Amino acid sequence: MAARRAASSILSRRPIPRPVAASSIGESALLGAGSARGWLPGALHRFSSAPAAAAAAATEEPIQPPVDVKYTKLLINGNFVDAASGRTFATVDPRTGDVIAHVAEGDAEDINRAVAAARRAFDEGPWPRMTAYERCRVLLRFADLIEQHAEEIAALETWDGGKTLEQTRGMEVPMVARYMRYYAGWADKIHGLVVPADGPHHVQVLHEPIGVAGQIIPWNFPLLMFAWKVGPALACGNAVVLKTAEQTPLSALFVASLLHEAGLPEGVLNVVSGFGPTAGAALCSHMGVDKLAFTGSTGTGKIVLELAARSNLKPVTLELGGKSPFIVMDDADVDQAVELAHRALFFNQVCRYVHDVLRAIALLATSFDSFLWFVLEQGQCCCAGSRTFVHERVYDEFVEKSKARALNRVVGDPFRRGVEQGPQIDGEQFKKILRYVQSGVDSGATLVAGGDRAGSRGFYIQPTVFADVKDEMKIAQEEIFGPVQTILKFSTVEEVVRRANDSPYGLAAGVFTQRLDAANTMARALRVGTVWVNTYDVFDAAVPFGGYKMSGVGREKGVYSLRNYLQTKAVVTPIKDAAWL
Amino acid sequence: MAAAVANGDKGFEVPKLEIKFTKLFINGRFVDAVSGKTFETRDPRTGEVTARIAEGDKADVDLAVKAAREAFDHGPWPRMSGFQRGRILHKFADLVEQHTEELAALDTVDAGKLFAMGKAIDIPGGANLLRYYAGAADKIHGETLKMARPCHGYTLKEPVGVVGHIVPWNYPTTMFFFKVSPALAAGCTMVVKPAEQTPLSALFYAHLAKEAGVPDGVLNVVPGFGPTAGAAISSHMDIDKVSFTGSTEVGRLVMEAAAKSNLKPVSLELGGKSPVIVFDDADLDMAVSLVHMATYTNKVDLSDYPAVPSEIMCTSTICSKFSSILHINSAILQGEICVAGSRIYVQEGIYDAFVKKASEMAKKSVVGDPFNPRVHQGPQIDKDQYEKVLKYIDIGTREGATLVTGGKPCGENGYYIEPTIFTNEEMSIAQEEIFGPVMALMKFKTVEEAIQKANSTRYGLAAGIVTKNIDIANTVSRSIRAGAIWINCYLGFDPDAPFGGYKMSGFGKDMGMDALEKYLHTKAVVTPLYNTPWL
Repeated sequence: MAARRAASSILSRRPIPRPVAASSIGESALLGAGSARGWLPGALHRFSSAPAAAAAAATEEPIQPPVDVKYTKLLINGNFVDAASGRTFATVDPRTGDVIAHVAEGDAEDINRAVAAARRAFDEGPWPRMTAYERCRVLLRFADLIEQHAEEIAALETWDGGKTLEQTRGMEVPMVARYMRYYAGWADKIHGLVVPADGPHHVQVLHEPIGVAGQIIPWNFPLLMFAWKVGPALACGNAVVLKTAEQTPLSALFVASLLHEAGLPEGVLNVVSGFGPTAGAALCSHMGVDKLAFTGSTGTGKIVLELAARSNLKPVTLELGGKSPFIVMDDADVDQAVELAHRALFFNQVCRYVHDVLRAIALLATSFDSFLWFVLEQGQCCCAGSRTFVHERVYDEFVEKSKARALNRVVGDPFRRGVEQGPQIDGEQFKKILRYVQSGVDSGATLVAGGDRAGSRGFYIQPTVFADVKDEMKIAQEEIFGPVQTILKFSTVEEVVRRANDSPYGLAAGVFTQRLDAANTMARALRVGTVWVNTYDVFDAAVPFGGYKMSGVGREKGVYSLRNYLQTKAVVTPIKDAAWL
Repeated sequence: MAAAVANGDKGFEVPKLEIKFTKLFINGRFVDAVSGKTFETRDPRTGEVTARIAEGDKADVDLAVKAAREAFDHGPWPRMSGFQRGRILHKFADLVEQHTEELAALDTVDAGKLFAMGKAIDIPGGANLLRYYAGAADKIHGETLKMARPCHGYTLKEPVGVVGHIVPWNYPTTMFFFKVSPALAAGCTMVVKPAEQTPLSALFYAHLAKEAGVPDGVLNVVPGFGPTAGAAISSHMDIDKVSFTGSTEVGRLVMEAAAKSNLKPVSLELGGKSPVIVFDDADLDMAVSLVHMATYTNKVDLSDYPAVPSEIMCTSTICSKFSSILHINSAILQGEICVAGSRIYVQEGIYDAFVKKASEMAKKSVVGDPFNPRVHQGPQIDKDQYEKVLKYIDIGTREGATLVTGGKPCGENGYYIEPTIFTNEEMSIAQEEIFGPVMALMKFKTVEEAIQKANSTRYGLAAGIVTKNIDIANTVSRSIRAGAIWINCYLGFDPDAPFGGYKMSGFGKDMGMDALEKYLHTKAVVTPLYNTPWL
């Protein structure tokens, strides 16, 4: 059965060369798919209702998730409420394509209600007016509650997003608590400068909360993206309206309820489940929203920025796609490089290295393609190391070992122990990835491993490795966001830097070498927001993350993330008879 | 009698208190002193012995330093991530909070501090400091540098090593956490010498730190005396840094010992003779309340003074929410605080009215048992201080200062002194740190004169300004050579606000991110760059 989509998605307009056995369910992933047009008024929506999935198990009967879905409504002003329209949408188990729950579908009217609640909470409520230490205490209690409910949260995240339970429970949920504690610690340390003046003036800088922040998060790391966005916004004293991805609305609703249990005043955090063209667009265009933060595809990011420009010029933070190079020099330990490159790409569907929590955390995300590493997860990570450049002297060995590693990768039910890679998020992503695989074959790349779906049911894809990839091939240029590793050969540092930088993206890069000078040179020469040297996907709370070029605007995490949620006010007054200037 | 005495009042409950920890805490265990000696700690309410405490001296300091050295050089504390240290400090804070009542009672019997204020301020304030630095532990940043040659340069902020902390008796809990929290966050190990008057809560904190997961040897507590244990710390060749809070005279000895031994860096938080300057445009009632609090602070409960608007004490809102750190404490009278506003300059237009109101307020203060919630002012810390304060009062009188109110002991036993006010132009009581409930009121005419008088001291710890005029506030703030300026408030302490003196009030800051600097070394790392696309 051909995976033809009637939708107007950019992707679907490409020829679809190869039969794919899956079909999509429900509506497509706006964020994930990278459609640029869908949000603009008057543009065609690219959603379609494709035939229900053929329901053959990937490898086995799915494991029953050990959790109940408690929250499916919108969270507005501290209450769970139905959508104004009364409508709901289905959120689906990517292992099977079955419906997990029907979730209230927020649209423009619900965004209006949520923004009004946030506005009140910010303009009149206690949150920005209490001491930073009190805000800190709320976030610390929230972190404690996350740990107390870790099993439920992880199960929800795995069920809704297809990530392995080992990854969500072992890495992501602890990281959410860790991020929250990090931002809690910043709340009472937000300092403005007292500034030297040219004349007799006393000048100080106040960093004030920016107001109501609109935040849109993707489906690839729903909880981690929640933490990256909500943590700094709340620590700085803002109110928030958060739109989750329609593929993964469940975990955010759950943890938002915990945040209220921790003492967050009503209206400070509002969560609206819904779709990009309706809820997302309304949030971006809203005149009562003071700031936007978006993580998702570059195409959608452009729309977000455009809507901000057309409405009230609200500042925008964007964390977008990538085609991140992973560079293996000839002096690298090839075995280690293979493993890291593998994980760098495949991260996010599987995680065998759960214990390495802090490092592995990688976050990853959304609509990006990714690195193979840790992930065999599904490669659904924005900073996935999706272009693996290998020095000619170790190239053959590297390809051979990468093949072996990919063939070894365990694909299956993410609730099952030992599984490294779960399903892709939905039918649309699944088909898109397989189209890219076909494109690789057609353009003459050597298919070394994988290349097809895994099993006959759900959105599982075999770990796929292409060798002999050329720069001009589509699989070397576009973000696949799936478990597809592309290996390219290079000869010199100058060459690989030039080729690595020849991309509209600039999210991250990996450099694998023992040579200090080469590492230092490449660290500065690569036009990307993160360079990992002899490691990959280290996502510590204090390390800033974000892109150069079309990979985004601004930085998240670290002290840098606070800037996104603070206004800067200079206060100037004359000083008479100053003792010093 | 100038002030009401509440000593005879029995209508309140003194909590039953068991003294659990009386030995030295070294390498994670409570141990006797090597010498086997002990000393008495006394209840300043009665002068009676509270407990016998193991008396550490040089031999014990050596053992403690050895443990700290081992913990730093080979132990996990500096090797775990800042986040992990922060988690342990958070746990420590939770434990402190869970023992608030017991700890407040310890400080009360040991230091005569108001029990209610200990519960509301000192102990929660200690937990707040711990949480502040727990949150700071993963935010210690070095910097990458802009080099003048094709080089890559960056700085590493490394823990300084083994720290010696010498802590005073006036705020046993607060001072303990001023010193210990940032040093722990930075990854240092340490030997703490609490004051011989107030060893009890420090030993309890050592116990709680261990329970929270601070590894053995990281935090050692050695009660003892300055000339023996304190001197051993200051001159120890294996201590990398000494942090001291106390008198200027002793601070000088500490620095000298550091110089003579291994040139260890020293930070000193010393005495003060802090001015409060009240300008003509001030709200008189507010100014009187503020000055009263500023002068008599440490053993007075401000919350019973409705005339004191909450804004006056910057910390008071905090206070009411249990988050303050420090000091609010007691304000009225004992004056046992280094930042006490002990020189009060009042502009001539409101001077007479000010003196009258200040005197009335002093007379209304209730002096008595600090466990009594009706009491505003407790006893002085010990017999020495008590006698020293009375001596200064006598000198003031003989030098011709006008005694407006107070000036005498209060009650039959214990170390209670009436809130006392002198007025005059020049008096030695306006030059030296009395550390007692004695206010010196003086008149001035112009802003320039006020600045000049305020600065005419060898101290520079803090200053208060009471005015509604923005230009006066800003000008005087920059002109006064002191480490803390409180405008229309006093005791504006906050975990995020660095505190420490100018001039002979010391150097180095406690609190805020600045305090971390005391416990960190900066290391610059430089390597050449080849073929770099930018510099």
